[in-house]
Amino acid sequence: MATEPIVAPDHAIQRAFQPGAALANGASDPDDLGPVPIADPLTATVAPASIGDAGLPAETLRQMYQALVRARSLDQRIWQMNRIGQAPFVVSGQGHEAAQIGAAFALDRERDVLVPYYRDLALCLAWGLTPADMMLSVLARAADPTSGGRQMPGHYGSSRLRIISGSSVVATQLPIATGVAYAAKLRGTGQVTIVTFGEGASSEGDFHEACNFAGIHRLPMIFFCENNQYAISVPQSLQLAIDHVADRAAGYGFPGVVVDGDDLLAVYHAVAAAVAQARKGDGPTLLEAKVYRYTPHSSDDDDRAYRDQDEVKARRARDPVRLFETRLRDLGLLDDEAIAAIQRDINREIDDATEAAEAAPLPDPATYDRHVYAGG
Amino acid sequence: MVQAPERTASAPATTDPDGRDETSMTFVDAIQGTLRDVMRADDRVVILGEDVGRRGGVFRVTADFLEEFGDDRVIDTPLAESGIIGSAIGMALNGLLPIAEIQFLDFIAPAMDQIMNEAARLRYRSNNDFHCPIVIRAPFGGGVHGALYHSQSIEAMFVHTPGLKVVVPATPADARGLLLAALRDEDPVLYLEHKKMYRSIRGPVPAGDEIVPLGVARLVREGTDATIITYGLMVHEATLAATAVSEETGASIEIIDLRSLKPLDERAILDSARKTGKVLVVTEANRPCSVASEVAALVGEEAFAYLDAPVMRVAAPDVPAMPFSPPLEQAFMVGAGQIGTALRRLVAF
Ligand SMILES: Cc1ncc(C[n+]2csc(CCOP(=O)(O)OP(=O)(O)O)c2C)c(N)n1
Ligand SMILES: [Mg+2]
Repeated sequence: MATEPIVAPDHAIQRAFQPGAALANGASDPDDLGPVPIADPLTATVAPASIGDAGLPAETLRQMYQALVRARSLDQRIWQMNRIGQAPFVVSGQGHEAAQIGAAFALDRERDVLVPYYRDLALCLAWGLTPADMMLSVLARAADPTSGGRQMPGHYGSSRLRIISGSSVVATQLPIATGVAYAAKLRGTGQVTIVTFGEGASSEGDFHEACNFAGIHRLPMIFFCENNQYAISVPQSLQLAIDHVADRAAGYGFPGVVVDGDDLLAVYHAVAAAVAQARKGDGPTLLEAKVYRYTPHSSDDDDRAYRDQDEVKARRARDPVRLFETRLRDLGLLDDEAIAAIQRDINREIDDATEAAEAAPLPDPATYDRHVYAGG
Repeated sequence: MVQAPERTASAPATTDPDGRDETSMTFVDAIQGTLRDVMRADDRVVILGEDVGRRGGVFRVTADFLEEFGDDRVIDTPLAESGIIGSAIGMALNGLLPIAEIQFLDFIAPAMDQIMNEAARLRYRSNNDFHCPIVIRAPFGGGVHGALYHSQSIEAMFVHTPGLKVVVPATPADARGLLLAALRDEDPVLYLEHKKMYRSIRGPVPAGDEIVPLGVARLVREGTDATIITYGLMVHEATLAATAVSEETGASIEIIDLRSLKPLDERAILDSARKTGKVLVVTEANRPCSVASEVAALVGEEAFAYLDAPVMRVAAPDVPAMPFSPPLEQAFMVGAGQIGTALRRLVAF
């Protein structure tokens, strides 16, 4: 077991989230730019910043790093394919990866249920979809395991992996996740359900209805909000009148937690605590990871119309993938050679996935009317 | 006192001073120019919806409106469609003339209660004490690789809702005329914009304040042997098909663009059916209980004695929605090829 504290003590956190404040305890702060300030919540708590290895084994930390790089590299490759006309539509999760990987590792991916949204490339990869699966979807091939080429890329799903298929409709996944969690509770499966969504989605009625039901029935689930400050062009200030989506949890009778989504290990511990609570039967948590979307909303969007590109540049400089890499270097768990080897393997995996998908057949047009009903 | 504003006949400032000049513009520019004109002409008009301000709409229909009209009249709303339409109804009840944008028709479902149970039924349930002069704009339609949730043509649901009006322009001129009519109408109007047409269709647009009355169809071309009745993007596909079939067979094909799905121009439909005796109804939407079904039933009931062939329908299959992968999308999407095949059968009948 770790002898170091796995998280910073509370008073350190308070200071850590002051603008420009240095991290306490001489903990390695891989980020020269300092933490992004998090305003005081009304009712939610702020999850502590992580320190050092946060009590996790070296092997787990390396796996997390590998998952991060895999997601980022694949995401970048898909984006590039779109820009050169090889992929008609893509939606990216770049900037959200640390939050997603932190969350994925805190759940039991062999048993729990994931109800994702379109930004969750990293989360779904960590949950068991492969780069090959993703490429089949990007190129809309018949063998695309999530929809047979029927859905746009980014609409993840796999019954085998307990990833619930979703539509493009914002927020509809939330009440569905509530039902999944209710069933898990009634049937005693021991599963925890995690449902993800953006801060924009929290404005929909479905968000309220889902949280309310989950609170009443103390359901074993986690509402995981990936707050990237924009819903397409609409800034958070026009989306909610408070600073934190997590503050709303109080109105539903369960805890809200705000966490720095660039701090992978802080997210991991915050989600792990929520999982433990849910498994014990103590009900849901609304967890809000503060993240930033690096790309435009989708390949059809142009963010220059509504986002100051200096802001984008500043946030990109605090890249969660680089932050984690620096952390592991400081811990002596990674060096140039190891990093290069990991990147090389991942590049090969993505190359193979792309080639396989390119060679895979498109759907047979005659199948367009199959599977409308059972037996069809 | 709470009171809905009178829909005035006030002329919007025209983009062209003499009001006669017709300039060729894209479909999207026609909508944008008309919206700008009415915003300039009447400060009770407000626009609300997701991304309509800073982004100027995801299709850039309201580009630069925020700068010109300010954020009191161009409202970037939270991501909440029920809130958008409910607020629009309330604004209309207290003196404003709201134009609500639903980003894609596919995402209108959260607002269904507000549309069907509130906006559409307000006048009737209050015994004419209240009414609801709102315009709801929404891009719809497929063929743009938008997959299941950015391609839907679910207009029939609204046509099935008494109290609502539903219009679908197929030309830039009608985009302007119908929008002006919708804005002046005293009842809620759903104004549907085929997203594939935004930048692919051009045409002349009169600069004045002439409306295209709701409920009046447009004769696209005159013919004597068969009639195609359709609307939206399918007007253009039907025109291609008719041209090809005419050249091949010498048949003279009439095309009617409904423009208004509710109210429906029954007279134009029946006059043409009686004249040609052969009717093909085309819709991009799923076939069962579609607008094509309604038109076909009308012709069957009212023009049966004049028919030389059964009324035919070309429509999307009874499959949940447009698939993404190109071969599947093509199999699903109605186009000139499919219309031509049906038309040949009809002409030869
Ligand atoms: C019900 C509904 N309304 C509108 C849209 C169009 N739309 C897609 S994503 C999006 C913004 C979502 O923002 P947020 O929830 O913050 O998630 P993010 O994309 O920022 O991760 C909008 C308006 C939609 N898909 N569904
Ligand atoms: Mg967002």
